[in-house]
This record gives sequence, structure tokens and C-alpha cells, in this order.
Amino acid sequence: MKFGVIVFPGSNCDDDMVHVLQNVMGCETVKLWHKDTHLAGLGKGDCIVLPGGFSYGDYLRAGAIARFSPIMQAVSEFAQDGGFVFGVCNGFQILCEAGLLPGVLLRNANQQFICKNVHLRPMTLNSPLTNAIPPNQALKIPIAHAEGRYYADEDTLRSLETNDQILFRYCDSDGQITPEANPNGALMNIAGICNRQRNVFGMMPHPERASEPALGNTDGRGLFESLLRSVSALIPA
Amino acid sequence: MQVKSEPEVNLQTASSLGISEEEFQKIADYLGRTPNFTELSVYSVMWSEHCSYKNSIHWLKTLPREGKRLLVGAGEENAGLVDIGEGLACAFKIESHNHPSAIEPYQGAATGVGGIHRDIFTMGARPIASLNSLRFGNIDLDHTKHLMRGVVSGIGDYGNCFGVPTVGGEVYFNDCYNQNILVNAMSVGIVRVGETISATASGVGNPVFIVGSATGKDGIHGATFASADLTEDSAEDLPAVQVGDPFQEKLLLEASLEAIQTGAVVGMQDMGAAGITCSTSEMSAKGQVGMRIDLDKVPTRQAHMQAWEILLSESQERMLIVGEKGREAELQAVFEKWDLVCEQIGEVTEGGMLEYFFHGEKIAEVPADSLVLGGGAPVYTREYTRPKYLEKIQRFKPSSVPAPASFPDAAKKLWSSPNLISRRWVYEQYDSMVRTNTMSTNAPSDAAIVRVKGSAKALALTTDCNSGYVYADSYVGTMIAVAEAARNIVCSGGIPVAITNCLNFGNPYNPEVYWQFVHAIRGMGDACRKFDTPVTGGNVSFYNQSVYQDRTEPIYPTPTIGMVGVLEDSSLHTTLNFKEKGHHIYMLGTPHNDLGSSEYLRHVCQIPFSPVPHFDLDEEFHIQQNLSQIIRKKLIASAHDVSEGGLFATLVESAIASKLGFEVESDQNFRKDAYWFGESQSRVVVSVSPQKEDELVNYLNTHNVPFTRLGEVKGESVVIDDEDFGIVQEWEQVYLESMAKKMEHAI
Repeated sequence: MKFGVIVFPGSNCDDDMVHVLQNVMGCETVKLWHKDTHLAGLGKGDCIVLPGGFSYGDYLRAGAIARFSPIMQAVSEFAQDGGFVFGVCNGFQILCEAGLLPGVLLRNANQQFICKNVHLRPMTLNSPLTNAIPPNQALKIPIAHAEGRYYADEDTLRSLETNDQILFRYCDSDGQITPEANPNGALMNIAGICNRQRNVFGMMPHPERASEPALGNTDGRGLFESLLRSVSALIPA
Repeated sequence: MQVKSEPEVNLQTASSLGISEEEFQKIADYLGRTPNFTELSVYSVMWSEHCSYKNSIHWLKTLPREGKRLLVGAGEENAGLVDIGEGLACAFKIESHNHPSAIEPYQGAATGVGGIHRDIFTMGARPIASLNSLRFGNIDLDHTKHLMRGVVSGIGDYGNCFGVPTVGGEVYFNDCYNQNILVNAMSVGIVRVGETISATASGVGNPVFIVGSATGKDGIHGATFASADLTEDSAEDLPAVQVGDPFQEKLLLEASLEAIQTGAVVGMQDMGAAGITCSTSEMSAKGQVGMRIDLDKVPTRQAHMQAWEILLSESQERMLIVGEKGREAELQAVFEKWDLVCEQIGEVTEGGMLEYFFHGEKIAEVPADSLVLGGGAPVYTREYTRPKYLEKIQRFKPSSVPAPASFPDAAKKLWSSPNLISRRWVYEQYDSMVRTNTMSTNAPSDAAIVRVKGSAKALALTTDCNSGYVYADSYVGTMIAVAEAARNIVCSGGIPVAITNCLNFGNPYNPEVYWQFVHAIRGMGDACRKFDTPVTGGNVSFYNQSVYQDRTEPIYPTPTIGMVGVLEDSSLHTTLNFKEKGHHIYMLGTPHNDLGSSEYLRHVCQIPFSPVPHFDLDEEFHIQQNLSQIIRKKLIASAHDVSEGGLFATLVESAIASKLGFEVESDQNFRKDAYWFGESQSRVVVSVSPQKEDELVNYLNTHNVPFTRLGEVKGESVVIDDEDFGIVQEWEQVYLESMAKKMEHAI
């Protein structure tokens, strides 16, 4: 399985993501440039990652300009063909703006940028990103965003639930999903979702910041391990 | 050389630009004629305190500025550069943005962050961490809250978007900063030794490029503005404040580092204060060459900008690059890739003259060397006299401080001080983890610890200054600032390497202020020599004072120290939290009957004037050297230095970070308030497992390290002399939530 990490102007977690995929997880990883219209040979069974940062300065609205980047057309087609697409933080915002995931991310309820460790509860085993994570345990993973308040209309929320598309919800350290554990006012404490086809994922917290013992937190590793495991199951080596 | 449409030049014009009669004469001597308005403006900014260090350089030169790790001399390049081994170097610098932040806190602070990062990457280093040091007035004032909200979001928005983590810093409150807040920002970068770029122009005929953002009218005369007193009319200087665009800066960073990789960059300097003027003159003077610059070729944001406006604009996110002739296209391709402007505006010339043209007309001509520090810029030593307020400090009698009626109540009052409560409200607005190197996020320590990817090493970073101490005794207080920075690094497992300083003082023409400055420099020099931490550069910010109807009050002298240390192996990282129940708690260092300048005296007893706390440089060094050994022998489980709030605050902080309680006992030979709340220096609280206790005690005894066994990590409460002060969770709640409560209604 190969990873392609897109570099938009203003991406700033691209190096972090490449570091974890390449040096920690040992996967072949390439950087993709936003002006390109091709995906450097990545195909089905590979994964495109949209990293965190402030693409185009987040001017206008987070992710609103990046969706028009030349490469996004190719990403859209890649996703339609069943390729894996994973957006973290600004990447999640871009996927929502691009219509690859439902809903939007609004300014945090307290109107401030928030960077801190939060806890997430994986909500389903039925996704390539979460299938190797023991359910119902709280994962400690940091957030760092000003616009992370997940919002969608009632029908969308209902269909997310019905179709088991909610991947993560903010919880306390015991795994309880409470209003106090919600850092940004996200509806239903939603921290991450996938599309109906379960090949496009987005989340606000940063698993790549929680994947190494040197940083004192490896709770995010399970996501990458899940992803690798599901793909190797899909395509025998 | 009179240029049409320019104001006439005379002594009055000079004076309005902050140039003295003596300086005006000196300029005429250099030129052999009266300068025109553009030239005068150029001298005005280049000879401002901000650019020329004219009132400080004499004393700065007395600081230790050499060491085996230093790769460039102090002040030679845009930032200091130290060798950290394995072929890597660390570039770092701290700088003030006080005046702009006092007028427009958001942009003032944001551009302060942007400016200091540019100083790092203009040398070819990639910024990997930033820190800051902030001073505000009384936190209960609406104006303070307004400034604080603006400054914190300005620092956050800029650094977060730029993608460099804010890993540490300090925030203190004192009435002396009510009008004149301090915003000092520090950036730390990493570069391979030998791959740095110098801010030197060379090679006659080489092209000169301006890259990055287009030039606008913002920040004109900013350096001059920063070199004058803040007054009630300062708000009218708003155009002197620059506007930041962190997105452009991120692109400029990537493009600049990529451009360096082409090998076609001869020299590069960022544009900060005094924009094109400063970068062209400093690069030329350093290379002993001249430049011909066509100002009409500079891409501008608005039409009809005057030549002098282009010359002096402090628009952000710009760089001046001298490229190799014939390789222009290579450089231009890199900037085009990043969608940035890269425009050739001139070339390097022979002879050391700066010639500025506008639509073919020469509008200014000045010798580069006459403008710069170390060249023709004036150097002054000012008079100084011992401040009168020191008498009040000497009159302080410890016996006049009554013992508190209730120790738990006194401790709770102390703990509510804005200077002791957690800065969580501030630091959660900063991305502290991007670049995935911050080791101190999940393992807190006295200094921030940032690993260096691709090596076993980590950097230990800190900013420190207790300005109350420096006010009470500028010499000792500044030694303490250096000592505390070193102590924080040593407690975290690092070895102190070098410092950068940000010298925030009042008006240098006030002899009492200058006395503080001179004594602070002496203290800094003595301490830096002792710790072998040379001064690699920094910044001087004078004219920090508040003007009231009937008087002017300088701020407390605030010589902020930014120190870099190295952990030769990141596994040496030592944290401040207690680890396990049953561990024993020791204090290294000697207790004193000393309440001088403590937060307890100021906040609880309301006594503003008292002497600096006890400090002995040799004793401090001895403790630090041995603590460093103890850490390398893996004898202790935690280390946390004693600073504001005394031994009590140190213990409670270690307890909160571990969610464990402790039981300790007083030493009957000391006043109980002084023992727990006093801030005498050179003390560190460590915890040790029962298995290693004998070895630790043996080490301390054989190495003449004074120590006291304080007690044990135990239970859920804070217990002193068998008196229960309440559970740690309650102390934690006050600690973590107080600042957010105070800031709730800030506008």
C-alpha cells in the first residue's frame, strides 16, 4: 500500500504525516503537489492523505479554496473509484468543502483556536480506519484547530447514524460521551466520519501527533495500523 | 540633491524624524551636503535606536560573545548560530514588538512572531519552535484583558498558520505594564552546518531581488516609532504598525529554503524594520559593496506610492536576495512555483554607495557604511545615576511582615495570584505540537523539550526574567534571570549552551533607567560567563514607559533571557511531576529566612518594595552542575526548580502534574512563611524512589550539595506539618480555571 500526501500551499502537517507513514509505519509515501492533475501512479488499494494546516491561509473559510486545486479533481475521481482518501484537520475541512464528505466544520463554539489533548471514542469496527481498534476505549489524541465544530442538518446526521458513518466522537477519559468532553461544540460530539462507501475518512484530531513513544502518546497508531491491515486484507501481498 | 514634491529639509524636519542637531550635522558631514528628505528619512530609521543600538552597543560589547559552539559572532548575522553536534546547528533569536502591540495588540504581536521567524529562515535554517515572553498590566483591568486577548490570538494565529509550534514562554502581570505591555518573541531553527546563508551582498553585477509580498504603505517609520516614548497620542501612529500574513510567510519560508538549495543565492536578508533601506544598507555594508536599486521596479500594493514610502515601508513577508548573475531564472522558477513575487530591483555595485532611483531619477545616494551599526551610526554612552527608589527597597524590614494568621488561607491567597495560576487559557490557543517534536506536551518539564529528528538529540528551550527582581537589584536580578533559565534547562535534563536576550527598558536618556540597563548588562555578563552561555545576539527595546498626566513611569527593567540547551540524548529528559506514592521528596540547595521580592510579599502582603532574594552565583552553579550529574546517573524521578511562589508553589505544581498528594515538614530554624513562600534562589525539588534514595543521599554528601529531606509523595492532599491544606484536585481547579474565568468577559 502506497500513501500520497498532498501539499497545498499552507499545508503544515504534511511533513508530520509523511514522517509517521514512512518512518514510523514503514510505508512507501510520496508527496503530491496541489498543482498536479495526476496522482503519481497511486491506484486502488493506495491512500491519498490530505494533511492538516492552513491551505490558502484558510482565507474565506477553511478548505474553501483548496477544493478548487487542480489535484482535487483527480482525488475526487480516485475516491469514486474506491481509493482510500483520509483527511485530517484541514484535510477534513477540505473533504467536506469538496463534497466528498457530508457536513461542514464551523468556528469553534468558544471562538478560539484550541490545541490540546482530547479523548475520542471509536464508534464502529466497520471501517478501514477503525477496524483494528478495540471498541469503546477512549483514545487520547490532540486537536489543533479554530474551525472544528462539526455541523450538518438533521437528515444528514440521521443518515450518518443509520449508515454507521460516525467514526469518532469526543468523550472523556473514561469513554463517556458528555457535553463537557466536547471541545468545540461539534454536533453529537462528532470528531470524525466516513462516507457511505467507507473509503473516504475525515477527522479533526491529529493521529499523526500521537503515534510515537518519543512524544509520550501512541494512541493514534491504531488508526494507521487499521488502515494497513484492511488494505493488506483487500490486496494480498 | 533636491527631489521635487519632497518636503524641504532643515533642523526642524530632522527633529520631527527623531534626529538630533548633532546627528543632523554628522549626516551632512558624511554626504558633504544637506540630505534631501528621502535621505534624511533613511538616516532617521537606520540611526533609530531600534536599528543602530546607538545607546546600548557600548555596553552590549562587554557581554561574553564567544564560545567554542558559536558558529557566527554575536550580531554578525540575523540570528545567533550554535553548533549542537552531529553536523547540526541551531539558529535562534528573541525580539521585541512592544510598541506596536500596545497600539494594535493583534497585528503587533502577529508581526512580531513573523519577523523573528524570518530572521531564522533567512539564514537557511528551518524554524522548529517558538517561544515568547509577555508582560501585561493589572489583569483585572478591561484594557489589559483587551490587550491580552489580542496579543494571544495574534501570536496564535500567526504561528499556528505558519506551522511552527509555540512550545514555551512566560506571562507575567504587573501594574508597571498597564500602558506599555511587552511582547517578546523567540524563534529556534535547525540547519546543517555549512548550509547557512549570510546576509552579505557580494559580486559586483550580481542581481538584487525582492521576493515575497508586494510593498504597501504599512509600517512606515515603524523603527522610529519603536524608538520613542509611548504617549497618549501614540494611537495616531497606527499606520506605523504592520499587518501580517502568515500564509505568505509560510510560502516564503518554503520558497526561500528551496531557493537556497539551488545554490544560486549569494546572500539573503529579511525585511523587518526599515524595509528595503535596512536590508540594502546592511547587506552592502557587510560585503563592502554598493547597490543600485530601482524603486519603481518594486511591486507595490497600491498605486502612486512615493519613492521614500517604498524605501521605508515595513510591509511584512519580504526578503532581499542577492543572486548569482546568470542564474536568475533558477531563482525565479522557485518563487513562481510557490506563487510568490520575485522581482529584480537592482544590482550589486562597486564602491559602497547605495543609489536609489525612481523612474530613472536618482532620488537618494548615501554611503552604505555610514548608515549601519559598526559603521557610521552614532554610538553614545549615557549618564547614569543610582535610582532613588532603591532607598525604599533598602528600608524594608522582614520583621515588619507579620506571620499569617492561617497558613492554609495565606497559601490559597498566594495561589490565586495571576502570576502563579496556570497559563492554560493562553497556551491552548497556540499550536504547541505541530512538527511532532514537542516532547514536553505529555511529559512536562521546566524547559520545553523539542527533539531533533534524525538525531538522538533534543533541544531544551526557555525564556525567563523576573522583572521584580531586576527592579529591586538590576545586577543580581539579571544574574538570576540567566541562572533561572539555566536551571530550567538543567532540571529538564539539558546542558545550557547559549542565550539570546531581549532588553526591555525605559527611556535611556533617563539616568536612573540607564543605571538599570548598565547594571543589568553587568549581571548578565557575569552570569553568562559562569554558565559558559555566550550571548549570541538579541534585541534592545528602550522607551518602554507609561505616561501619566503628572509623571512618567518606566516599566520594571525586563532583560528577558532566551536560552537554548542541548540534551545529548533525548532519553535524559527529566520531568517535573511526581511519579509514585512512596517516593521521597528532597530539596537541593539552602533555605533562607528570605521573603525578598517574593510573590507572597507582593500579592498577599501588598508590599511592593523589598530586596532581591538571596542569590549566590557560585552556589547556583554548584547545584546545577551536580543536578546535571544526578540526572545522568538516573537517580531521581522528577526535578522542578523553586521560583515564583517559593517551595510551596513548586511542590503543588509537581503534585498537580501527577495528581498525587504529598506530606512535608517545615524546618524549625526558619520563619515558616519564608520557608514555604520565600524565593531565595538556587533550589530544586526532586523526588526519588526508595530504592535510589541512599545512592542519592550518598552522592549529595560526597559532593557537598546542601539538601533537605522535605517529605514524601503520599495520599491525595497537600499536607504540611500534619496540617491538611486540602486535596490536590482543589488546588488544580483553581490553578487551571482561574485565568479563563478572569478572561471570560474580555473584549
